[in-house]
Amino acid sequence: MGFQRTDSARIILRTEEFERALLLSLADQLCSFILPDGQAGDCDADPLEAMVGIDSQAQRPQDPALARLLPDAYLDDEEAADEFRRFTERSLRQAKLAHASTVQDTLRRSGDKVVLSQDEALSWLGFLNDARITLGVRIEITEDNHEELAGLPEDDPRLASFQVYDWLTYLQDSLIRVLAPQESDEPA
Amino acid sequence: MVGDNGAMSIAPAEVERPSVDVAADRPWVTIVWNDPINLMSYVTYVFMTYFRYDRSRAESLMLDVHQRGRAVVSSGSREEMERDVTAMHSYGLWATLRKDE
Repeated sequence: MGFQRTDSARIILRTEEFERALLLSLADQLCSFILPDGQAGDCDADPLEAMVGIDSQAQRPQDPALARLLPDAYLDDEEAADEFRRFTERSLRQAKLAHASTVQDTLRRSGDKVVLSQDEALSWLGFLNDARITLGVRIEITEDNHEELAGLPEDDPRLASFQVYDWLTYLQDSLIRVLAPQESDEPA
Repeated sequence: MVGDNGAMSIAPAEVERPSVDVAADRPWVTIVWNDPINLMSYVTYVFMTYFRYDRSRAESLMLDVHQRGRAVVSSGSREEMERDVTAMHSYGLWATLRKDE
C-alpha cells in the first residue's frame, strides 16, 4: 500500500512489526556507515555538530557506496573537488544522519501505523534514497540486471539485499507520489 | 535512473543547453549525471522542488539525464553553482559543476 496522505495533511505508512525492525536496522547501519571513521555507530550527530563546518581532513571516500553518497563536485579538478569537500562534506553527513535519526524516532513512537508530518516525510524520502544508494552500489545494480538479481539462488546473500532494495524502491516511489508538487502548486 | 519502462541504454552525448538560463555572463553550469539507482520520478521531483521548474521542464531535463547520461540543470556564478551542487548532493543526485565552454 505504501505511503498515503490523510485528510489532516499527515502522511501515514501502515507497517508490520518486522518491517519496522528492518527499517530501524537499516537506519542504524546507514548511520554507522556515514559517521566518520572512529565515531560511535549510532545516529547521534552531536560529535559532528560540535565541530566547526570545515573539515580539513575530508577526503574522497575509498568505499564506492560512500563515494556515491558523498561525491566529488568537480570532475576534472582534484584540487577544487578536495576544497569543496572540506567545506561541505561534514554538513552533508550531518543532514543524512539527521534523516536516519528522524526515521528511527518516528518508528520508535509508532505502532502499525506510522504517522508523519510533512517535514518528517521529507526526512524519510532522504533516508530511503540514501539507503537505496548504499544497497544498490553494494549489489552492483545496473539499469539492466534487475531480473538477474531477482533470479539469484536463495543462498546468495545478494538476493536478500536486492529484495530489500526492491521494497525500499516501492516505498520511495509511493512517498514521491504523496509529496510530488500538484499541478496547481506549480509555477506557471 | 530506473523507471516503469524498464532498461534504457545510456548514451552520453552533447547536452542541449536550456535556452533561457545559459548566457555569456553566467559562465558556470551544474550538471546532473545519470545513475542506475535514482528513480525517474525522484529526479523529476527534485528538479521541481529545488529549482522550482514546472513539470514539463523538470521531466524534460530528467529524460536528458536518463537518455543522454547527463544534463545541464542550472547556470550562474561559481558560488551559485556550488550551492546547487551541494543541494543536489543532499538529495542524493550525482552532480558536478564546471565552467561553461
